[in-house]
Formats: sequence, structure tokens, C-alpha cells
Amino acid sequence: MIMPLIKGLQITISHMFKKPVTLQYPTERPDVKPGFRGLHALNVSHDKAKCVACYLCPTVCPAKCITVEAGEDANHDKYAAKYEIDMLRCIFCGYCVEACPVDAIRMTEQFELANYTRADFTYTKDRLLEKK
Amino acid sequence: MDTLILGLPVAYYIAMVAKVLVAFVFVLLTVAYATYAERKIIGHMQVRLGPMRTGWHGLLQPIADGVKLFFKEEIIPSQASKFAFLIAPLVALIPAFISFAVIPFGDSVTIGGYTVPLQIAAYYDQAGKQVFDVNVGVLYILAMASLGVYGIVLAGWASNSKYSLLGGLRSAAQMISYELAAGLAIISVFMLSESLSLHKIVADQAGGAWYAFKQPLAFVIFFICSLAEINRTPFDLPEAETELVSGFCTEYSSMKYAMFFMAEYANMITVCAVTTTLFLGGWHGPAFLPGWFWFIAKVYFLIFVCMWVRATYPRYRYDQLMRLGWKVFLPLTLVNVMATGLWVMFISK
Repeated sequence: MIMPLIKGLQITISHMFKKPVTLQYPTERPDVKPGFRGLHALNVSHDKAKCVACYLCPTVCPAKCITVEAGEDANHDKYAAKYEIDMLRCIFCGYCVEACPVDAIRMTEQFELANYTRADFTYTKDRLLEKK
Repeated sequence: MDTLILGLPVAYYIAMVAKVLVAFVFVLLTVAYATYAERKIIGHMQVRLGPMRTGWHGLLQPIADGVKLFFKEEIIPSQASKFAFLIAPLVALIPAFISFAVIPFGDSVTIGGYTVPLQIAAYYDQAGKQVFDVNVGVLYILAMASLGVYGIVLAGWASNSKYSLLGGLRSAAQMISYELAAGLAIISVFMLSESLSLHKIVADQAGGAWYAFKQPLAFVIFFICSLAEINRTPFDLPEAETELVSGFCTEYSSMKYAMFFMAEYANMITVCAVTTTLFLGGWHGPAFLPGWFWFIAKVYFLIFVCMWVRATYPRYRYDQLMRLGWKVFLPLTLVNVMATGLWVMFISK
């Protein structure tokens, strides 16, 4: 019974001389690893969103946080007239990215998503396009 | 210098006030910076940094904490027994501080021709002869240490909350299981030094080995029991057991809450000072540095050990603690007392 107690003390004291792993967050930024799933962004092609409003992302979304409404442009092409993600419901699973057939949506490395009002957590098409 | 007030010279009163002030400031500063040291040390033991924001490496953190606690809202539960609720933190805090009266910080210093012993409750006359000393210092400390629990039980009862009440009562029960073993561990020291005066006990350790080496079992058991008596981790059961409320101080806020923790840290310093005095040779050390330095160094080392223990062990369950106290430490200390008695009777004489 006594040896394990002493061994425990030994482990804690040995940790004291290790370099701390703490990140001083606001001054030191974390190194975001590839494949990190942060805030979504709509990809742009020929100065407009790539999205063709096929509804695959809202269909596959387990949290039902994506709202898409289709519209028709001058060339009779389908496009997303409305594209909204409710970040309060999003679980960052990345299924929308995988489901998209035209590579219109991706996930960025942005993880600081705190806000003061509920409305600010709704990311509209304009806000998602801004994140290039 | 020769003016007498109540039969004692003025210098006596000056020395007394100076000693009380120095000891009080020492304890207050140590309490403040022990909280900082604890967060830093445990932080590093868990491969983190601890406080870093306020001041260089967080050095001003205790001051920031103090300011914050002063300005926090005071909440008194509407059905609480107000007088008892307000008085409880004081009941916990005062015994923690007054124990220092009998602890010898060093041998003595000579100021203006007077020999001033570095112990609050002691006085030497002009010739350097001891006029009085508390010859039951250890009993006094044990008595004061047991008074602290009244504050905790009172806080638990006065809060009119079931969590608080249970926390307070647990503390009382914990006390019973540890006082005996701690007391018996000290008895073996008395048997060797044949005195209850802390000054004499330290003097006895001057030439030969410290009592920690002569009485290793008593030393270890006394230190562990002290941790339990001052409600430090791994025995901080009054604060919480499996639930995550803070036990007897659930209903306390702002400075009243802080006072309980000041008492806890002051108790920790007392216990480390008593352990140093009884087992680690008090102020004795290599002569190139003054006695008080060695005393404080030993006390700080023991405080570090308390924090080290806190970083290492998980909290004991209530029945485990009782079993440890009654079934392990009590028999061990009884055997130790008997062995010491036999040694004193037949071998050392």
C-alpha cells in the first residue's frame, strides 16, 4: 500500500520539471490541424457561389440546421437564393461537405464563434461567402 | 527603560507588540501567497502554467483575488440564523491565528540590551533569564486546533441548508477520528523530551538527531493526521465528498467565504510550524544563516509537501478515512507510545 503512494508522489514531482503545455490563448494562437472542422464557407466560382441548390446538404444534415431555397437565374440555372446555417444547432459533423456534389461548401479553420445575440448565430449566404 | 507597567518594563510591551505584528504580517502574507503558490505548484505538476495574467507570472494574483472578494455581493440566506452565520467565519479564523502565540520562530535576538525570545508568549528579563514561557505549548496548540471545527459546524448549522449541515457534521466526525491519533503521535515526543514546552522540545533536538529520525512513525502519522485535522486534500471531506457542492460553506459568499479559506491556509501554516518544531528541529540548522531563516525554510518546505500531496492523491471516502484513523493510525501510535516508553525506561537511561 505504501509503495504505490510513494510512486504517485514521484510521478507528480517529475511532472513539475516538464515544460507546461498550456497555450496562453488570446496572445498565443493554437496551431489548427488539417481537417479541422470550423465555420462553414461557401466556395466561389466565376464570382458567384458554386451551390446549385440540390438540397443534398439539408437532407443529410443530422441537426437540420441548413435552410436552402432555390432560385432561377437569367440563364435558367438553379442557384441558392437563400442559404442559411443555424450555428446554434450545427454539430460540425462535416456531412454537408461530404454530401455536396459540386464542392460548394467547405469548413474553415475559424473556431471563434461566440456572439451576444441569437440572431448573430444565423449565418446567411452573404456571411458565408465572405469567409473566403 | 526602567519604568514599570504592571511590574514589567516598557520594553517588554514594545517587544510584545512588535512580535505580534511581525508574526501576524508573516502569517497573513504567507496565507495570501500560499494560495498563489498552490495554484502555481499544482499547475506545474499537472503540466500547466497556473496564474499568469496579473503581474509578472501572476504574482499580483492574491491581491486581485482579495479585491474581487471584497467587492462581491454578500448573500445571507433568508432563513439563516444571522448572528451565528456571521460569527462562524470568525470562529474558524481566530483559533487559526492565535496558535502562533506559542510557536518559537527562533531562539532569541538582542535589541537594545534586551534579549527578546522569538516566541510571542515568552519573555526574558534584562539578564537574559527566562521569566515566563508557556510550558504547555503543545496542549495549547491542540486545544486551539480543535476550536476551529466549531466555526465549521456553526457555519453548517447556521446556513439552514442540508448540504451545509452535513458538511459541518462530517467535519466534526472527522475531527474525532484524527485527534486521538495525532495526540498519541505527539506523546512519544513528550516522552523523549520530558516537556510540553515547545522551546524545550526544540532545544532538545539541537545536539542529536531530530525527532523525525528518532520517531519516524510518529512523524509521518502526525503529519497525515494534521492534514486531516485542517481539512486539506486528500481529507477535505467537510467541503465535499462525492457531490460537488462546497459543504459547510455552500451558502457563504464574498469575504466570509474567503475567511474560511484564510483559516484553512493559516491552519496549514500552524500545522507545518508545529511539525517543524516537534520533529524537524525547529530553528536549528547550519550556523551561517539565522535561526528564523531555517525555521521558515522548513515550514515552507512542509507547506510545499502539503501541496504536493494535494496534487497527487484523490479525495478519501468518508468510511475509508474513519477506518484509517481508528483501525490503522490509532493502533500504530499506541504501539509506538509503548515502544518509546520501553526504550526510555530500559535503554536510554
